[in-house]
Amino acid sequence: MKTNVYQASNHPTGQFKNYLIGYFVSILLTLSSFFIVTNHVLTLNTAVYVISLLAIGQFIIQIVFFLHLFNERSPRYRLLVFLLMLSIVLILVIGSIWIMTNLSSNMSIPKQIQYMNNQGGGF
Amino acid sequence: MSTQNQQFDIHHVSLSELRKEESTSIFENVSFGFFVYLMTDLVLFASLFAVYAVLHKNTAGGPAGYQIFNLNTVLVETLLLLTSSFTTGLTILSLKTKTKKNVYINLFITFLLGLSFLVIELNEFSHLVSIGDSWRVSGFLSSFFTLVGTHGLHISIGLIWMIILAYRLHKTGFGRANIRRFTIFSLFWHFLDVIWIFIFTVVYLMGVTRL
Amino acid sequence: MIYFASFLIGKLNRNAIPSDLMTLGAAVSIVAGLIFGALIITYLHKWKYLWKEWFTSVDHKKIGIMYIIVSVLMLIRGGVDALMLRGQQATSVGIHHGYLSSYTFAQVFSAHGTIMIFFAAMGMMFGIINLVLPLQIGSRDVAFPFMNLTSFWLFFAGMILVNVSLGIGDFSAAGWLAYPPLSELQYSPTVGVDYWIWSLEIAGIGSLLSGVNFFTTILKTRAPGMTLTKMPMFAWSVLCTTSLIIFAFPILTVTLTLLYLDRTMGMHFFTAGAGGNMMMYVNLIWAWGHPEVYILILPAFGIFSEVVATFSHKRLFGYRTMVGALVSITVLSFTVWLHHFFTMGAGADVNGFFGIMTMVIAIPTGVKIFNWLFTMYKGRIKFSQSMLWFFGFVGLFTVGGVAGVILAVPPADFQLHNSLFLVAHFHTMIVGGVLFGYFAGLSYWFPKIFGYKLNEKLGRLTFYLWFIGFLLAFVPLYILGLLGATRRIDHYSASLGWQPLFIIAGVGVLVIASGVFVMILQHVVSFLNRDSLKDKTGDPWNGKTLEWSIPSPAPFYNFATTPIVHSHDFYWDVKNIIKHEPKEINDILMPKNDSNAPIIGITSVFFGFAMVWHIWWLALVSLFVIVAILLKRFNDENPNYLLSADKIVELEENYLIFRQS
Repeated sequence: MKTNVYQASNHPTGQFKNYLIGYFVSILLTLSSFFIVTNHVLTLNTAVYVISLLAIGQFIIQIVFFLHLFNERSPRYRLLVFLLMLSIVLILVIGSIWIMTNLSSNMSIPKQIQYMNNQGGGF
Repeated sequence: MSTQNQQFDIHHVSLSELRKEESTSIFENVSFGFFVYLMTDLVLFASLFAVYAVLHKNTAGGPAGYQIFNLNTVLVETLLLLTSSFTTGLTILSLKTKTKKNVYINLFITFLLGLSFLVIELNEFSHLVSIGDSWRVSGFLSSFFTLVGTHGLHISIGLIWMIILAYRLHKTGFGRANIRRFTIFSLFWHFLDVIWIFIFTVVYLMGVTRL
Repeated sequence: MIYFASFLIGKLNRNAIPSDLMTLGAAVSIVAGLIFGALIITYLHKWKYLWKEWFTSVDHKKIGIMYIIVSVLMLIRGGVDALMLRGQQATSVGIHHGYLSSYTFAQVFSAHGTIMIFFAAMGMMFGIINLVLPLQIGSRDVAFPFMNLTSFWLFFAGMILVNVSLGIGDFSAAGWLAYPPLSELQYSPTVGVDYWIWSLEIAGIGSLLSGVNFFTTILKTRAPGMTLTKMPMFAWSVLCTTSLIIFAFPILTVTLTLLYLDRTMGMHFFTAGAGGNMMMYVNLIWAWGHPEVYILILPAFGIFSEVVATFSHKRLFGYRTMVGALVSITVLSFTVWLHHFFTMGAGADVNGFFGIMTMVIAIPTGVKIFNWLFTMYKGRIKFSQSMLWFFGFVGLFTVGGVAGVILAVPPADFQLHNSLFLVAHFHTMIVGGVLFGYFAGLSYWFPKIFGYKLNEKLGRLTFYLWFIGFLLAFVPLYILGLLGATRRIDHYSASLGWQPLFIIAGVGVLVIASGVFVMILQHVVSFLNRDSLKDKTGDPWNGKTLEWSIPSPAPFYNFATTPIVHSHDFYWDVKNIIKHEPKEINDILMPKNDSNAPIIGITSVFFGFAMVWHIWWLALVSLFVIVAILLKRFNDENPNYLLSADKIVELEENYLIFRQS
């Protein structure tokens, strides 16, 4: 078995720098999304998109600088598992929201009354 | 089936006596296995997020997010957690100095940060319950308490874990097994930070935008 | 005083003992059976042996055998449930009302589904994976032996909890997936649903741990030289199955927990009012449930790939397409879950998308069927019992699969949903696909584990009984479904004319039951004749994978020297060379037996029981005990021991003498 320890290759001071960069960038991202929301800098719709993007950016920062996912040597099983997890999480979350919105709009009472009326019957 | 205990004299092998390649392969297996476990935990949180996303508008006459969230305390919580994630990294780095004092200091700071996060969160929860906005009120509050509470539960497990780590270090020093334990813990703690980022954004920030 | 009692025993009271004779009789007979078994063990002074050599053993082969014993017991328990269901439906017509009340009937079909999926099929799957996988990839053991044993005991704890519900309280009557609002407190006020929740929760955590364990085992502990593309097909199928487990089971854990929170803490996730959304439960449970059926079937695919190639004396046709098919099924299985609730009211866009995805997933499955057929083409096929299971499988699975594609068409599903056609479809997949696969695997690898082959004649008879019984039991259900019979009915009007078909189906179940009986007989007869059936070579079928390169039964250290792999079907290529190579044997680091795992399992029974009956102090105490045991285990500085090279040499020489005898 190859040694495949996270911090195996990096120099300690370089690692410290990594942690520091990660820390400051994530603080920066947190504060910016906070101010976007509290100071109403953007319209609500845009704000939601921007803070989502900032969260995803922060996610990537954490993975690179804290979880060191990309430091792994070949074979990169961790990356593989991570990507698989990511795709399944996206399918699950987006799929659930899609299905449930669709269901609630179709199964809402007004919609059903409309359907019944179209069928020529009462409710 | 061949029997295994009765036929042989057993030579006990302690973790510190392992040959280097055996120890390395155990290290690698455990840290990979733990990584996989974290991925399953992410799916667990993703399901809770999906539930929250579906139920967050179902306030059923109870309060909505923007009426009960106090963004300033949440920002403090976030900063505490981000800093603790950074100090966990420092703990791992200080393991290389082989000085127990350095490790203890970093670990203790991480512990305090985590503990204050938890205290603030519990305070928020008990405040909500005391003004009558408990999990019994609506689908929104049920999913809010469950999602944030599950994260809090993980944080408490992490706090207990830190105490055990300190005890291990005190007892057995800088063996490979202990380095492994610290590394795995740091993965766990960073991971909780990642989850919190999404709770911060999806639950709190988006909650006050009333979307 | 009353407060104190409710603190002490929660919701438990005298009414918890079942009052109807049927359930009471079942409970009493199970308890009597257990006491009888315990007395026999005590009489033979085997407790110490069992504890030392089995219950605490971290040897994956022994854990596998324990899984299989439990799962066969559960197969019989679930089979008795099936007999009761069929008996009721065959007799409860018109003025006759059968022998089960509607409520008992609902409990029986809920128990049947739960037990068969979680404790019979899942148990047998983990059993076979445990027995074979580490041997096949040239590994000494699984990556985490202690965790493996713990998984088994959690599975066992879940199984105990389901069976405890027979005697104390009742079991869920809300179907095997307990849809709300029926499963909510308002409509299921008894503890039945809580039993269901906690048995699955505990067994599910065991499965999740096993998933992580085997996933790590495959990716990290393969023999040197065995790249992923040189890995045997069974190992590939387990890799795919475990990746499904690790991504699907957390969803189950969450869903069950939320339902429990609804019932216990008064939350509103799936309630009918106060902002709950019961459709979300259906959505979540199937986001787990659909991958779950692929979790069960993929190892069966892997087994058939080994069996067909071995008994056709040919290499597997299209190895790469087989792997591709497995991987695409793995990913696609997460994109089809809505087809379980087409009729819940989603629009044409959503239903259309998931219908098409469902049809798409049939393509890689078809690829696999064709590859197996091409593997047999121009091969020298040996019609062994394992191969017979394959022939049965190909026919049934194709028919069942085509029925599945019909169900995947949303408009057709509106007609067939919740009908017996659906019931027949998924039984074709799970009995004809999953179980037949596992039976093929068990007879194929039996000599490797026990050192002797199974009686062929009785094996064939078992297959024919199962196959004919299956056709008798489920072809009528297809027809009944098309006639409009819905599932889960305990009574119907005589004018419908369904009774003859139901009677035929009941006879079919009896034939299957005789198949189970012959199967047990086969094991007894083979055991008695084990000397003449002995497998001396360690390679009775001219196998092509690594497990056949070691003696039968496999030694507890698996491989005296770790093999170095150069090609796919490696053992075929080097079979004649490898035996003569002198081996350099080193000391082996082995994990020690572990008494912590069974204690964790037993404690989780108490934990689950306490959660079911709201005995909070017991829940806290048992949780505390579990954590304490885990901490003790993790602080154990000596979990391993060293097996000396001299001992291994001695054992290997004994084996050589045995071979030449």
